[in-house]
Amino acid sequence: MNHHLTWRKFVNGIMLTLTGLCALLSVSLLLVVLGYLGWNGWQYLTWTFLTHLPQPVGETGGGMANAIVGSGELLLIAAATGIPTGLMGGIYLAEFGGKAFSFLVRYTADLLNGVPSIVMGIFAYTLVVLPMHHFSALAGGLALGVMLIPIVLRSTEEFLRAVPRPLREGALALGASKWKAIATVVIPASIRAIATGALLGLARVAGETAPLLFTSFGNQFWSHGLNEPTASLPVMIYTYAISPYNDWHRQAWAAGFILLMLVLVANIGARLILSRSTPAMRG
Amino acid sequence: MATILFPGEKETSPWSRKPKGTLKSYVRRLQSGDEIAHLITLAFAASIFLITVLLVYELWRNSVLPRHRFGWAFFVTSTWDPVFENFGALPFVFGTLVTSAVSLMLALPLGVGAAIFLAELAPPRISDALTFVVELLAAVPSVILGLLGIFILVPFLREDVEPFLKATLGFLPLFQGPMYGIGMLAASLILTIMIIPYIITISREVLRAVPVEQREAALAVGATRWEATWKVVVPYAKPGIFGSVFLALARALGETMAVTMVIGNDPRISASLFAPGYTIAAVIANEFTEATGNLYLQSLIELGLVLFLVTIIINALARVLILVTTRQGTSQA
Repeated sequence: MNHHLTWRKFVNGIMLTLTGLCALLSVSLLLVVLGYLGWNGWQYLTWTFLTHLPQPVGETGGGMANAIVGSGELLLIAAATGIPTGLMGGIYLAEFGGKAFSFLVRYTADLLNGVPSIVMGIFAYTLVVLPMHHFSALAGGLALGVMLIPIVLRSTEEFLRAVPRPLREGALALGASKWKAIATVVIPASIRAIATGALLGLARVAGETAPLLFTSFGNQFWSHGLNEPTASLPVMIYTYAISPYNDWHRQAWAAGFILLMLVLVANIGARLILSRSTPAMRG
Repeated sequence: MATILFPGEKETSPWSRKPKGTLKSYVRRLQSGDEIAHLITLAFAASIFLITVLLVYELWRNSVLPRHRFGWAFFVTSTWDPVFENFGALPFVFGTLVTSAVSLMLALPLGVGAAIFLAELAPPRISDALTFVVELLAAVPSVILGLLGIFILVPFLREDVEPFLKATLGFLPLFQGPMYGIGMLAASLILTIMIIPYIITISREVLRAVPVEQREAALAVGATRWEATWKVVVPYAKPGIFGSVFLALARALGETMAVTMVIGNDPRISASLFAPGYTIAAVIANEFTEATGNLYLQSLIELGLVLFLVTIIINALARVLILVTTRQGTSQA
């Protein structure tokens, strides 16, 4: 009997240690990613890389200035289309929604959130590129915008619901109408958290490559306007990484470093902002 | 990643006033602006539903040609010949299923093990900090993992891991053939890294939702910590853990960039994990811009439609499973 107990304690110790090792391994994956990107990316990051256009194939040097600006452009279009839609939809769900229809919207949003990003690319392609007969920043930005909608919608709804009910009742008691109470009391009370949610959504779509491959396509030069193919950082990383040129590989590392830093800073920043809000507002 | 959002949760309105249905009060509310605000936000909310419907419609409408030409044979034939316009998607379906299955087999024990540690053993502060790190891993763009895949993982597999596997487990057909580095094994490993955060964060939430009485009862009758966890807590949380696995599976099936960069993009069906392969998402990414002719393009769009439908169904299932577990857990706590 005593023997049996020793065995059980032994198994207990082994298995608990194993779960700890699993956690350690999973956490260290991020450190490995950070380590390699930091080491290789930082090494190849130069001022020229940030400020110059790509060189023609075969010549070394040059940079990705157009891709950095292009990514910004795409994100602006995505923000301009995705954030208002998600925000207003979130306000509806939290403040106005009935039962059945809200359930439908919420469920569709969750499903839309799970759609593979490459399918979003096809969607924007059939919707914008096919009728216009050419690739454009607009198509890429719209693909990212559609991906942004469910993220902003669900985070907005969640943060609005976290606003305490007495605040609403106080506004109504002072004679405000419902929409005035929402616009001047409820939304200001949670605006920081809502903006942070939108920032997290932007950080997520900023790294998306698949929806851009055949919508905004790519461009070795500055693009003139939203109606033209546009370079973007993720697509540049992809094309440069699978190219056979060593110089392009180095630039892919540098671009990857910049992209990863942007995404991580946005995520960590969002975390800090949210943890400073009231406990009820935490995501 | 921080929160799991369920359909149908928290449905009570934060407003106590219920609008009355008479026309007169409707006009009054219209004048005060409430009804206008209601209608505007309603329009935006409805647009999300409409966008999804439009998405399905566009995919369906633009894949008419291959559906009529090939029918179901599209999925069970393996010729992919753009020149003679003969399209069969079996190699892509095969590659997608194999890489997803292998990555799940690797990620499931690792992820659940880590989740058990984070939910049951680690002090709350450490658990939260480590979970945040795992969430950051989920935020790493897939093209960056692909970059690491090409330049770090593939050479490592080619020089070290694959020769070792061949020497020790080479009698299995899984680990035979030439070792390129790029191939199904590399794709599966990259996918494992991508889906682990999903399994860990959701399984951890689900495990934490198990009522503390369950643990105490097991410990009170003399179970060790591990026995209480493995024989009581984990079975209680099983549906939710399955839910996290389904969410991870949906992610793995649709993942494009990282897989495209390391799988070798060769439409061949091979028993060996060392061999190059191809997935549905990868073939769309690679050939969409080069697709000449409507049948070619529409065949790719049909693949997109399949990917869409499969991930939607798996997602819907996963959400129901997670919902059932956490509801059960919280209502009894």
